[in-house]
Amino acid sequence: MSPTNIFAPVSTPAESIYGLSVFVFSIVAVIFVVVFALLAYVVVRFRNQRSSTEPTQIYGSTQVELAWTVIPVLIVVALFLATARVIGSVQNQPRPQNAIEVTVTGHQYWWEYRYPGLNVVTANELHVPVSDPAHPTPTFLTLLSADTDHSFWVPRLGGKTDLIPNHPNQMWIDPHETGLFVGQCAQYCGTQHAKMLLRVYVQSREDFERWVHEQQQLPQIAASAGKRVFESTACVNCHTVSGTPAKGRFGPDLTHLMSRDTIAAGAADNTPEMLSLWIRNPDAIKPGSKMPAMGLSDQDASSVTAYLETLR
Amino acid sequence: MSATTIAISEVPVRPVTLRLHEWVTTVDHKRLGVLYVVYALIFLALGGIEATIIRLQLIRPHNALVSPQVFNRMFTMHGTTMIFFVAMPMLFGFANYLVPLMIGARDMAFPRLNAFSFWMTALGGIFLYFSYFGGDGLYGAGSAPDVGWFAYAPLTAKTFSVGHSTDFWTLSLLSSGIGSIGTAINIIATTLCMRCPGMTLGKMPLLVWLNFVMAGLVILAVSPLSAAQLMLVVDRYLGGHFFDTQAGGSAVIWMHFFWIFGHPEVYVLVLPAFAFASEIIPVFSRKAIFGYPVMVLATIAIGFIGMSVWAHHMFTVGMSAGANTFFVLSTMAIAVPTGIKIFNWLATMWGGKIRFATPMLFCVAFLFQFLIAGLTGVTLAVAPLDWQLSNSYYVVAHFHYVIVGGILFCIFGAFYYWFPKFSGKMYDEALGKLHFWLFVIGFHLTFDFMHVPGILGMPRRIYTYEPGRGWDIWNLIVTIGVAFQAAGILVFAANLVWSYFRGKRAGNDPWDAWTLEWSTSSPPPAYNYAQVPSVRSRRPLWDLKHPEDPDWRYE
Repeated sequence: MSPTNIFAPVSTPAESIYGLSVFVFSIVAVIFVVVFALLAYVVVRFRNQRSSTEPTQIYGSTQVELAWTVIPVLIVVALFLATARVIGSVQNQPRPQNAIEVTVTGHQYWWEYRYPGLNVVTANELHVPVSDPAHPTPTFLTLLSADTDHSFWVPRLGGKTDLIPNHPNQMWIDPHETGLFVGQCAQYCGTQHAKMLLRVYVQSREDFERWVHEQQQLPQIAASAGKRVFESTACVNCHTVSGTPAKGRFGPDLTHLMSRDTIAAGAADNTPEMLSLWIRNPDAIKPGSKMPAMGLSDQDASSVTAYLETLR
Repeated sequence: MSATTIAISEVPVRPVTLRLHEWVTTVDHKRLGVLYVVYALIFLALGGIEATIIRLQLIRPHNALVSPQVFNRMFTMHGTTMIFFVAMPMLFGFANYLVPLMIGARDMAFPRLNAFSFWMTALGGIFLYFSYFGGDGLYGAGSAPDVGWFAYAPLTAKTFSVGHSTDFWTLSLLSSGIGSIGTAINIIATTLCMRCPGMTLGKMPLLVWLNFVMAGLVILAVSPLSAAQLMLVVDRYLGGHFFDTQAGGSAVIWMHFFWIFGHPEVYVLVLPAFAFASEIIPVFSRKAIFGYPVMVLATIAIGFIGMSVWAHHMFTVGMSAGANTFFVLSTMAIAVPTGIKIFNWLATMWGGKIRFATPMLFCVAFLFQFLIAGLTGVTLAVAPLDWQLSNSYYVVAHFHYVIVGGILFCIFGAFYYWFPKFSGKMYDEALGKLHFWLFVIGFHLTFDFMHVPGILGMPRRIYTYEPGRGWDIWNLIVTIGVAFQAAGILVFAANLVWSYFRGKRAGNDPWDAWTLEWSTSSPPPAYNYAQVPSVRSRRPLWDLKHPEDPDWRYE
């Protein structure tokens, strides 16, 4: 089964859309069958007639015209009312007190997540708590963009909403199952639009709270050769490691890099080999990404990799 | 109406340069029509090659046939080429050729404006492809535009699009936009002022009516696009901040400007396609069009409603629930007049004597395919469903169903139907049918199966995708379909060339048709009609052929 099937919803917005889509596709299928059958009948019945005279000329009929105007109008009204209801229920959802707030900022070509109430900053891998339908704990996302347009789309959790500079948007999800749900950027944003992947980890309440607690801690960082290289090169212009002089905001926050499964917005697994390759030559993984090849010596590259490996 | 064919005195053979000069300086609506069509065919080949590269790259996950940069240029160039330099000039070409003939006129109202418009359009295409040579501007900045055919801000800002590729894209659309507006003014003036005696508005062939409404839409839709292009130039070179989000500009305003062009544009393309079907289906069913007045009213309704649906391209942009609801309603409403049209064509065929020559085959396939395209359109009008499917391959499949399955099929039908009139020669029927079946198979392999990866969450405009998402097999089938379509196109091109040189003489009226163009010689003389015809009904040649039972008794 496809992990991104829109017809396998696990969150209320995706479920309302799925319910509506069953209704809409049923109506559309009936119209299709009826009109297709009529067309097929006409094509078969009236082909290659053997007669030398022209058929009877018919110029129109008010009754028939009226019928095939009024019936479609009624169908449109039904579809419209059903649609308007779902638009209202998804867009005008009140925000409960216990909702999790996340500010999502789209960057070329990665996702930044800030949990303002929890003082957590992470990238590319969003963690949210599972929401019990009886006691919903939805997650409300505020969508911003640092550069071009992006779109947040995890099909099993909800429809997409665009991230547009100067135009903050909102969306919400309330996943009913734990697990990993994937998606990707759905608005063309530049060269590496294809590898701006999304991962949402839906966790039980306890697991989520443990994750938050871990993210809030400062990592234990000892002085090392790698740390020295990292802090004396351009790495710090773009990346933050809390509790150190690295305070860049252009690239992903690396404070808890090792708590993530992937790097480069899901383009590669977070293994020492890939991390080292990413530092030496990002274009080998993601050609056109904004991360420059740092031109480090082999020794410096491996010591920086070793340093990053300590950021748990 | 009296017999209108006269012998044309033999013209002595002239040197090639002189003949070429005549084509370049011509103001004859028929020659300009042919120029438009030939020009569009060249770009059809270019756009087709771009589509093939896109599909080969997506044949399997993590394919590395082309780089992401090249892939992004391919889909930008493919979209821009197919809309602005294939579909529009092709349909303008047919309108140019046919509208004056069908209303019994000797030329368009403004012949020199007509030539000017064609050459502005031609210049647009040249600008676009010149970007491959001149787009760099800055060393390594990349050649052709790669911002997507709707070029959302702020991707087009200097910050994100260095070099000149975006500038060539802008110039290209500005230039062809001026051409389009010129032609639209011309079609409106011709329709209103040049009709032959007896041809009231209510007696015009439907083709003329549909192109008349199309021309109105062009003026309304292309103007905002041209304005937006100028604003973009101001942003890029004169320090304007219309769309420059880093200085407080608005990306959303560009979207509105673009789609208030972009959606009526769909009707600009589909109305002339409807026009072809409305001429071809009656002739090959041997019946008058069913419900002519309703067909005209439905066309006008599509024109009006078509101007109020643009923001259904923007359901994911974060409009209010009220705005979304309005655009759902207006978009669904347009299904009603469109449905009326399908039912009227069906009723025209009902009780007829249908003959499946190639033009009719294409038009019947169009009816089936446009039915599906319309219904997937209704599903996308449902804003919540659009939140899922917008910018996915489902949308790509839907609009290719409209543009290829609807518009291009009608254009092929029109090619075969009017080729005898344009060239004086008959096309080869066997090759025509081969083209049809290859193209039907290719079309359905490609675009039926393209809906599925969209439903499975595959966004458009990605140069590669992850394995394990259930998308692989569908993309493979979609790409296989391209081979059949390409084969069909080659057969089509061979048929055109072979028939032009070797085809049998077609005669004035090979289809036993009813509109005025079939009363003059094939190809028509420069002045169209030796004597200006006068008409009493919508089917003047029917009246001539059936003096005992003329149409004007019933209209």
